[in-house]
Amino acid sequence: MPFIEIDGVHKSYGDTPVLKGIDLNVEQHQVVTLIGASGSGKSTLLRCINGLEDISGGQIRVDGEVASGRGTDVDRLRRDVGMVFQHFNLFPHMSVVRNVALAPMRVGGVPRAVAEEQARVLLERVGLADKADRMPDQLSGGQQQRVAIVRALATGPRALLLDEITSALDPELVAEVLAIVRELAEGGMTMLLATHEMGFAREVSNKVCFLHQGVLLEEGPPEQIFGEPQQERTRAFLRRIVEAGRL
Amino acid sequence: MTVGSDLLTAGPARPKAAAPPRNALPLAGTAVAAVLAAVALTAVTALSVMDAVPGAGVAVTAGAVIVAAAVLTQLRPALRAVRSSRKAAEAWAQDRRADARRAVSEAREDAWTALGWCLTALVVLGAVWFLFANDRAVQRTFFDRDVIGISISEIASAFGTNLFIAVVAQVLILVWGLALALARMAPGRAGRPLRLLATSYIDGFRAVPAIIIIYLIGFGLPLAKVPFLSSLSPVWFAILALTLTYGAYVAEVFRAGIESIAPGQSAAARSLGLSQSSTLRHVVLPQATRRVVPPLLNDFISLQKDTALVNVIGTIDAFNQSKIFASNHFNLSSVTVVAALFILITIPQARLVDRLVAREQRRGKGA
Repeated sequence: MPFIEIDGVHKSYGDTPVLKGIDLNVEQHQVVTLIGASGSGKSTLLRCINGLEDISGGQIRVDGEVASGRGTDVDRLRRDVGMVFQHFNLFPHMSVVRNVALAPMRVGGVPRAVAEEQARVLLERVGLADKADRMPDQLSGGQQQRVAIVRALATGPRALLLDEITSALDPELVAEVLAIVRELAEGGMTMLLATHEMGFAREVSNKVCFLHQGVLLEEGPPEQIFGEPQQERTRAFLRRIVEAGRL
Repeated sequence: MTVGSDLLTAGPARPKAAAPPRNALPLAGTAVAAVLAAVALTAVTALSVMDAVPGAGVAVTAGAVIVAAAVLTQLRPALRAVRSSRKAAEAWAQDRRADARRAVSEAREDAWTALGWCLTALVVLGAVWFLFANDRAVQRTFFDRDVIGISISEIASAFGTNLFIAVVAQVLILVWGLALALARMAPGRAGRPLRLLATSYIDGFRAVPAIIIIYLIGFGLPLAKVPFLSSLSPVWFAILALTLTYGAYVAEVFRAGIESIAPGQSAAARSLGLSQSSTLRHVVLPQATRRVVPPLLNDFISLQKDTALVNVIGTIDAFNQSKIFASNHFNLSSVTVVAALFILITIPQARLVDRLVAREQRRGKGA
């Protein structure tokens, strides 16, 4: 059974359709990448899976349970599915360790001392032990995004949604963030990510999906999508990426 | 690219004939004249004050000398401005354009500095004239030393009532304002009635002048014979009225602060599994509070001043106390004392707000 099942999902903002019937499955321990132009619906799809947006039609199931529409226990859902954002969204008024420990404390009911201890262990694993007591704005963008990943992991999610997590970073800081994602993939974390880093997508994904104007036009193993794409639109998109020197 | 190629290959634009810098000599001349005029006016003012206040010759002379000396220090920049203007013309004639422009710029700055100080001196002198005009009538009406001496201690202790009202009201307003703001932002379909209620309350109480609310509550509640409420003292009526009015303003301050927090903050907190109320409490409000402190203090300063409105319901605050002295002595100096007390407590807070705003802006840039 797939861990995340997306079944004919529609989403509109007012009269503007953003997702026009998306079907997509993410198996456990799979890494699935969404590619496509800005505005193609990648981020919106991720936000719908996490319950940050309501969908207008179709259904999303996580681990077999319906995770969209009324009656969804979004708080539980979010404990199973973590999310990392393009702009990090660290809480600027808390130290790094408090950022990481907040959800275990407030959601999991873990005592502060224990939660902060666990947070330090996690930070250590991504090489940020010495930044634990800094405020987020004292860190570089790459370090902030690593903290954000650790924060999402602190509640022990079974899957991660990564929304263009390197798009706001200076080029020289991208690698340190991708290294963590690679490590997570190797460790078997189920991940669904939207990205413009095509080389990375090719290397780390089990499946690549090309979204175009709210429609999932093509999906397949990375060798196929990047090697011999079937759809003309996919070819045009990848051609522009190559012209821009990004692949 | 074909669009830019024309721009890139086109030759350099032909230089226009350079225009000479503006002549600064008239301005410099005005500055010199202004300095001399201000000194002369100081002397005339001093003489007329000595006439009005016999026996204060030494003090008046000393004051006049200080003002005149301050103005005279500006004679140097004024004269320097004249010299610079001449030099500029010379330099331009010899085609030393940068030198000419620099000289003019220096001349203008010097001249404006001198003029600025002269204007300030004129305003001060004008105030002195006003004070001592009409055989000191103005000074005696507003600054009579005897009346101030008699009234000051009782007014100062009555001012304690103003401070008490202000401080208690501020605490209540914080709670009430936040409650209103949250009600106004109650989410979803279920929150709609609450939103409507809060919105109409805020609209209503911001529309009605505070003095009318105070009047209605101060005279109305005792008449209405409401249990408990009607038996409160006028001071508590005032606190109640000001809380109702200012709660509406402060609610809007809180709402603006909460809405100014980036939506990504809530999204991140919610995606971690925090509930709506946990998100508000641990993520949104702590950030919003920091942002609303400056506008909040502004509202509180204006609240402190509005405590003087309670005189309409007969509470003996500083203003009412001073009015008693004013009518007994047929002189307003006691009211001046109240004004001075308000200035005394307000200015430090105003400066504090400025500093907080500056700090918030620095923080905003750093993030």
